[in-house]
Amino acid sequence: MYVNNIQQEGEFNSQLEVTAGTHLKRNNNSNLSESLKKNLFDGWKNTLLTVLTGIFSLIVIYQVITFVVTNNWDVIYDNLRLLMIGQYPIEEIWRLWIALDLVSLLIGLTWGLWKGAGKAVAATFGSVFFVFAVIPWTTLNTSLNLTASIALIAVGYFAGDRLDGLKIPTLILWALYIPLALGLITGFGGLLEPVLSREWGGWLLTVIIASISIIGCFPLGVLLALGRRSELPVIRYFCIGYIELVRGIPLIMVLFIGQLLIPLFLGGETGIDNVSRAIIAYTFFAAAYLAENVRGGLQSIPAGQYEAAQALGLNKFKLTFFIILPQALKAVIPALVGQFITILKDTSLVAIIGLADFLGTARRISNNPEYLGRYMELYIFVAAFYFIFCYLMAHVSRHLERSLSKGNQ
Amino acid sequence: MEETLQIEKSTTPLKEREDVIKVEKLNKHFGDLHVLKDIDLNVKQGEVIVILGPSGSGKSTFIRTLNALEEFQSGKIEIDGIELTDDLKNVEEIRKETGMVFQQFNLFPHMSILRNVSLAPIWVRKWKKEKAEKIALDLLDRVGIPEQASKYPGQLSGGQQQRVAIARALAMQPKIMLFDEPTSALDPEMVNEVLDVMQTLAESGMTMVVVTHEMGFARKVADRLVLFDKGEVIEMAGPEEFFENPKEERTKAFLSQIL
Repeated sequence: MYVNNIQQEGEFNSQLEVTAGTHLKRNNNSNLSESLKKNLFDGWKNTLLTVLTGIFSLIVIYQVITFVVTNNWDVIYDNLRLLMIGQYPIEEIWRLWIALDLVSLLIGLTWGLWKGAGKAVAATFGSVFFVFAVIPWTTLNTSLNLTASIALIAVGYFAGDRLDGLKIPTLILWALYIPLALGLITGFGGLLEPVLSREWGGWLLTVIIASISIIGCFPLGVLLALGRRSELPVIRYFCIGYIELVRGIPLIMVLFIGQLLIPLFLGGETGIDNVSRAIIAYTFFAAAYLAENVRGGLQSIPAGQYEAAQALGLNKFKLTFFIILPQALKAVIPALVGQFITILKDTSLVAIIGLADFLGTARRISNNPEYLGRYMELYIFVAAFYFIFCYLMAHVSRHLERSLSKGNQ
Repeated sequence: MEETLQIEKSTTPLKEREDVIKVEKLNKHFGDLHVLKDIDLNVKQGEVIVILGPSGSGKSTFIRTLNALEEFQSGKIEIDGIELTDDLKNVEEIRKETGMVFQQFNLFPHMSILRNVSLAPIWVRKWKKEKAEKIALDLLDRVGIPEQASKYPGQLSGGQQQRVAIARALAMQPKIMLFDEPTSALDPEMVNEVLDVMQTLAESGMTMVVVTHEMGFARKVADRLVLFDKGEVIEMAGPEEFFENPKEERTKAFLSQIL
């Protein structure tokens, strides 16, 4: 009963957190004028404040809308392709469309099969595709391809909604997606016309660096966190040393080290290109921070969990894998996603080692004499794009947290 | 249901049965603190031992050394013919044969009740999932909560959680069950539902070592009672003798405080 009460209280609190907003709204709806009066025009001081903030907000909104509508955005649409995919050869662009189509289908399938956060991801991607498909200055080819992607999200959704058996194929496809997409982009090591990484750029390059670094740093970080708690001194001290060393160095320096030292150690002609070196640097840098986040989660697991698992005869590996890690990772989802968002934004630093990522491309365009002084439009566009995808990650993380904490404390 | 627990209820009298737990001259130190002093204790198959004693007397520490959750410095422990050594293989074997129930339940909060109970049989005993889940459901039925299988531990009351913990330990089909103050963290009205399950288990012939403060249970179910104080065994006797006619002064003092 006691435990039950605590649990109910816990649930009650979390419900409060989740529904507080809608509660207010519901009250407003049922009794709009009264609650307006109570919340906004309660006494002359509040009325004055309401009027002043109202006027200020209107001015700001008016200014923003005027800027967006009347401003000349040709710098964006003239360079849209450059901003999105850099110098990727136009005759090979179909490969990118296939990669995009595949991810659309997977997002649709995921949404249909598991519902939940898939909806937000599908909605965001769908909206972005839609906006780019309907704005008048994209080519017909682009519009058609984006429409196909939207259609594939829908197809995926309906297929996933009907056929439960698609769960495992979908997971396998997700696991294969990155190698597959990379193969398409690079040309499967000569099977197609090779496209060298120096021709990648813009949002494409940002997404490639960020997603591989995120996927790579996760297992590495978890291993480092576990290693830091190892009973074997060699492993423990190595992990502590690694984590503290990397955390003590600025990211920019790690990038320089990646550019200068990797070729130095491995010999000049290693065949490792700039982009790969940047990805390696990001992965190893982020892993150290991730390890510390995961360690926080590991420390939050009570000793009783270890003892119960040991008493059942689970060995160290099974104990860690089934009992400790799932709980520890769940506890630190917000910190992990924060780390991932940081990685996505930090990829903009590759500009200083000569790569043309999303922001770097925008900067290069603004240096073009033809568009002198037009950096404002470019940076607003870039900021909006970053924001949409960072916010999406945060949203998915909140959703994940909520659905994982269903039914337990 | 018979299949779920392979306890052969022995018909031979207790005295003539084999010892499944042998403890000789067990000593344990926490730094300078000498927490277990020359403990000798043998437990026969199907016997129920209840360990009593004031807090800090070493009774929990003792029961935890039996399945290697605590180390010991000298002496000998033998469980079902396997000697408890530093060898991980022996430790794992012994843990397979002994189930343990904790004061704080220690269910895995991120898993459903069914998975809590069937996890170890699947991954340690290497049973097929279907078999493990069938046995898990049978056991949940035995402890009286078959309808909670798909819920999570946080959704259950303390008494229900402790009964799940018992089912989880039994799912490994252990030869010996260790109970470390299984009712101490429960609200009073839930104590009996757990004690009832334990009594049924004892009657079915399970070998049990129970650390508890429940005198009613001790008197009713125990074959032998052991009083611990300051790391020593003070008195060891059957329930009749222990409660009605204790030999040691400290036992008398302890009983007068409790009863």
